[in-house]
Amino acid sequence: MSTVLPGTRAAEAQDVPRPLQQLLEQQDYLFRAVTRVGGGIVLAVMALVGLFLAGNGIGAIGEVGLGTFLTTQNWAPETNDFGIAAVLWGTVQIAAVALAVAMPLALGTALFITEVATGWLQKSLTSLIDLLAAVPSVVFGLWGAYMLQPNVVDFSKWLSTWFGWIPFLQVDGVDPGSPLRDTVPYTASAFIAGLVVAMMIVPIQTSIMTESFRRAPTGEREGAYALGATRLGMIGTVVLPFGRGGIIGGTMLGLGRALGETIAIYLIISPVYAINFHVLEKGANSIAAMIALKYSESNESAMGALMAAGLTLFVITMLVNITASAIMARSRSGAESEG
Amino acid sequence: MTATTDDAPVTLQTTRLTPAAEPLGPATELPLLAKQSGAPEEVRVRLGAGRHHVFSLAGAAAGGLGMGLLLTVALGLIPLGWLFIVSYLWFLLLYTALVHLRQRAPAVRNSLMTVLLSSAGAAVAGTLGLVVMFTFARGQDALFHLTFFTTDMTGVGPLSGLDQGGVLHALVGTLEQIAIALTITIPLGLTTAVFLNEVGGRQARVVRTVVEAMTALPSVVAGLFIYAAVVMSITHQTNGFAASLAITVLMLPIMIRSADVVLRLVPGNLREAGLALGAGQWRVVWHIVLPTVRSGLTTGVILATAHGIGETAPVMLTSGFTGVMNVNPFAGPQTPLPLAALDYVRSPVPEMVARGFATAAFLLSVVLVLFILARSIGGQDAGKQTQSQSRRMAARSRRDLPRIQRNHARLLARRAANPSDNLQENQ
Repeated sequence: MSTVLPGTRAAEAQDVPRPLQQLLEQQDYLFRAVTRVGGGIVLAVMALVGLFLAGNGIGAIGEVGLGTFLTTQNWAPETNDFGIAAVLWGTVQIAAVALAVAMPLALGTALFITEVATGWLQKSLTSLIDLLAAVPSVVFGLWGAYMLQPNVVDFSKWLSTWFGWIPFLQVDGVDPGSPLRDTVPYTASAFIAGLVVAMMIVPIQTSIMTESFRRAPTGEREGAYALGATRLGMIGTVVLPFGRGGIIGGTMLGLGRALGETIAIYLIISPVYAINFHVLEKGANSIAAMIALKYSESNESAMGALMAAGLTLFVITMLVNITASAIMARSRSGAESEG
Repeated sequence: MTATTDDAPVTLQTTRLTPAAEPLGPATELPLLAKQSGAPEEVRVRLGAGRHHVFSLAGAAAGGLGMGLLLTVALGLIPLGWLFIVSYLWFLLLYTALVHLRQRAPAVRNSLMTVLLSSAGAAVAGTLGLVVMFTFARGQDALFHLTFFTTDMTGVGPLSGLDQGGVLHALVGTLEQIAIALTITIPLGLTTAVFLNEVGGRQARVVRTVVEAMTALPSVVAGLFIYAAVVMSITHQTNGFAASLAITVLMLPIMIRSADVVLRLVPGNLREAGLALGAGQWRVVWHIVLPTVRSGLTTGVILATAHGIGETAPVMLTSGFTGVMNVNPFAGPQTPLPLAALDYVRSPVPEMVARGFATAAFLLSVVLVLFILARSIGGQDAGKQTQSQSRRMAARSRRDLPRIQRNHARLLARRAANPSDNLQENQ
């Protein structure tokens, strides 16, 4: 006695979905065309930047040869004697100091925001971190050069006096036994520049770590507490393993920022074009700071050399960023990205 | 029938249980009631800090500060600058010992870690406070002269007092450059984000990858590109337009990324509802998707503006240094605020350094205002409306009603006039 709907038999026989047709109106075609053009313009602009840098930079590298470019410490494009060994080392050194300071600070702050703080404290601290990310770099640079540096040189001196036996903490040309307070050899160092850069990358690291810690599932958290774990135990067994991708990804995004930072380093360091292994010693450099220092006195060929340095920096930051986003994307489960 | 007999005692019991019913003779004491009338249930889990916890924190803090003062001020064994570090270390030691008196190892470790995490949060917040306060403190001498905001640096010598000279030219420069940058960035960024989300396809994937890669572009390299491609080969002198182009190259990926993230939050069923009602793709985007995420998009624009205003390195290469007002962004150097701050502090004259700090403080307050603005707008979730918004929407739909009625009446009239048309539509 069941009702047979017309067409049901036929559908059973073939069992294929009814073909759907999307009819686009004329204005939809226009809309698609306009957005496509917008995307195309963006693509063209970005490709222009990349190709322009690559074209000029590779040309300049070709003049001295890639091997020479990577190993020469001097920077004298006028005599065709230039390489990025010294500035690249300086960039990495400053970024390493910045990471060593910023990473524990960011991890602690992110855990404090998600696990310890509650209510208004949690909310206002989150806003504060976002605000810190928006502070212009010149303000950080001024703070580092005029406030942090005079106060931190004593710490630098203490560090090199007591731990000078560690090779990279050694400072040449000072007598630790001298009773005079001579802090000049400790100023304008990679260490101080790294400290300022650390404060600039803490916000991005913290916000990414916070976001990943928030995603740690409540069930597992409560399970850990129910088994008698303290908050530390819960963090160690639930929050950190679930947030590992966020920790690594956030740290690497911070590293990308640290490598590209210019003005704060420019204001603090006294530039040298030689590899300086001593972090606490006066004299450091970075690719970005060198571009800011050298652009105005550059002619056509020197510009090519700066482009080569800029290209190197861009390639490195791009690799770091792509790795970071790949790690973060893999740590996220697919279900969450669905609205 | 059995059901009724079963029901009867239950009703009786419920009347007994209500306290208002007067008991006739000795009533049955139910164990549940007995417990409720007794002592309040013991609180088994207490959240938050206990009293001994607060006391040990306060005690350890006082002890740490005391030890620090003793070693630095009273005995002079350690320089005064170390007061804070010594006090903090002694505080940690004392606190661990105090907790250890009452609790076992895991709890001690937990308490110590809580203190360390709080210290990290306090250190970051404290640094922001230090940066802001230091900038304002050093800049206050120049900041509280009205001329600082109403004049440029024309005729201001190195020895002129702080009541002469100002940053009006830099303010104008910043406003013009960010305005040009936003005029390019907002339409282009939004169109691209809509393209990535609503149109899609292979080209969209390529664009997304390239935009992703471009967020890694260091700001100074963007400046170098504009310097080489525009300033050196086309204009042959630094100008404000080149600076705004450099800012645009940096802001565009940020803008597209933030708009892309926000657009992804639009629930798919909202789009489908629009399509099911017969709207075309363009109408769905314009009337449903974009209004839904309006607050998120506005926040993205404002935050991108805040970042764009603070960019220093790219404008340093492209805008050039000048102390004179230049309202034309297409000719001659036009210094924006961050660059003016940088330029002034490089001078050896204390007055100029004070002006530099005042400029930085002014820049910082502009960014702060923009940030607060973005926060107050961005507090809403996607699709949620405030009361005034929903009132406006109701008013709009009331305004739409006559139009719909008019159209309906016209349709009826047409059908009445032409019955065959009516027949056709019903088929």
